Amino acid sequence: MTDIAIEMVSVNKWFSDFHVLKDIDLTVKSGERVVICGPSGSGKSTVVRCINRLETHQKGSIRIYGSEVTERPEDLRGDVGMVFQQFNLFPHLSVLENLTLGPMKSRGLSRSEAEDRARRYLERVKIPEQADKRPGQLSGGQQQRVAIARSLCMEPKVMLFDEPTSALDPEMISEVLDVMVELAEEGMTMIVVTHEMGFARKVADKMVFMDAGEIVETGAPAEFFGNPKSRRCQTFLSQILSH
Amino acid sequence: MRLLLPLVALALLSGCSSSTTWGWYVINPWTPSGWVNIKFLIGGMGATILISVIAAVLSIVLGLLVALPGLSSRWYVRLINRVYVEFVRAIPLLPMLFWVFYGLPIIFRSMGLDIPIDPFWGAIITLAISDSAFTAEIYRAGIQSIARGQTEAAQTIGLNYLQTMRYVILPQAIRRILPPLANQFIYIVKMSAFASVIGMQELTRRANELVVTEYRPLEIYTLLILEYLVLVLVISAGVRWLERRMGSDERG
Repeated sequence: MTDIAIEMVSVNKWFSDFHVLKDIDLTVKSGERVVICGPSGSGKSTVVRCINRLETHQKGSIRIYGSEVTERPEDLRGDVGMVFQQFNLFPHLSVLENLTLGPMKSRGLSRSEAEDRARRYLERVKIPEQADKRPGQLSGGQQQRVAIARSLCMEPKVMLFDEPTSALDPEMISEVLDVMVELAEEGMTMIVVTHEMGFARKVADKMVFMDAGEIVETGAPAEFFGNPKSRRCQTFLSQILSH
Repeated sequence: MRLLLPLVALALLSGCSSSTTWGWYVINPWTPSGWVNIKFLIGGMGATILISVIAAVLSIVLGLLVALPGLSSRWYVRLINRVYVEFVRAIPLLPMLFWVFYGLPIIFRSMGLDIPIDPFWGAIITLAISDSAFTAEIYRAGIQSIARGQTEAAQTIGLNYLQTMRYVILPQAIRRILPPLANQFIYIVKMSAFASVIGMQELTRRANELVVTEYRPLEIYTLLILEYLVLVLVISAGVRWLERRMGSDERG
């Protein structure tokens, strides 16, 4: 059972009267890369936010490596990295301090251990020279790579990406996607909410299409893009691939 | 300039010595008795400043403790904040001062505690509690102005509530909170005048006592107002300096 990273079983969620997630079943194996797409408001962000307990679900079960997320969510959060659309870097701290804060305060690393680790991950996202700058001095693409490094510094077992390139200028999208592709090739378990279908084709083991709070279709990328079964999925793909 | 004009007008009025309205001799620094009176009046400055500073520090701590439950996602925790703020904010300062100074010792005695409340601490406790409702609201607004994503990001790197506040939210909120908090300090300085009614020897009390002996309310209260004016102008200059510093930090 340990090779199952995330297991969602008939998860339901309401925002007061609005039924945002309807009987979501999703299994992600360790090392698997899952891309979730769908029109805005379909609930795809809510799925990843439920997995790391930024949102609470009302029915069903979400297990991460066998343990239910409702129990001790604070333990789980370090194991599940999260990259946000708006980066959410801490603007009052330097890049290096952004990266060392979690390892020092929640993992109990010493400052020098945390800084060694931070510099290693900055190297991996290819901006080691920016360590002493403030986030506000970096471009959007650089900020998002810092945010990815900040998550990696917690050495998570799973990485969640919530539309990581949607707030970026077009010329900066590829530098972020390159980092994510490398991460995928190294075997990181990933769930990525994105509209970047080129990226999805390249790295996804499994595609998930959501609409109106439901998982409408899942499948391997070749099947998913080549021969989508549902009408809604066909329409969506034709809309986002046509330009 | 707008401020100087009335002062100039006052000086001119004082020149009309034929008029019986003004009698500046009472606080004329060039006569021995006038100088003694001035020293007596300004002698209350220390108490006014000390009361205000201690009350402000207590209010800043108390305000944060009251503000934090107001940011909870649970309604019954938020209720603690609402009840405190609405209740304290509704009590006028003077009745609260009477209650603390004359009433609280009775409660202490009935509990078997022998805690005397002198005018000094009576004034400080009242000012601090009364002001804390306002500082709590300043904190709450300042903390809420920090984007929700900051809290979420802190949670995803495993920080607990206190760590999130300490390392992520408060350092950012403090820039927006400090100028209005400093402003609130001006309010405390002015409200400290009420301490005179329970016998605290601060600026207003001294002016009252001198009026009783000298029968020169116009001149003495004019000086009293000028004393507060100087005090508040100095604080205002400090607040503006603080705002500039905070602003430049943000750009840097």
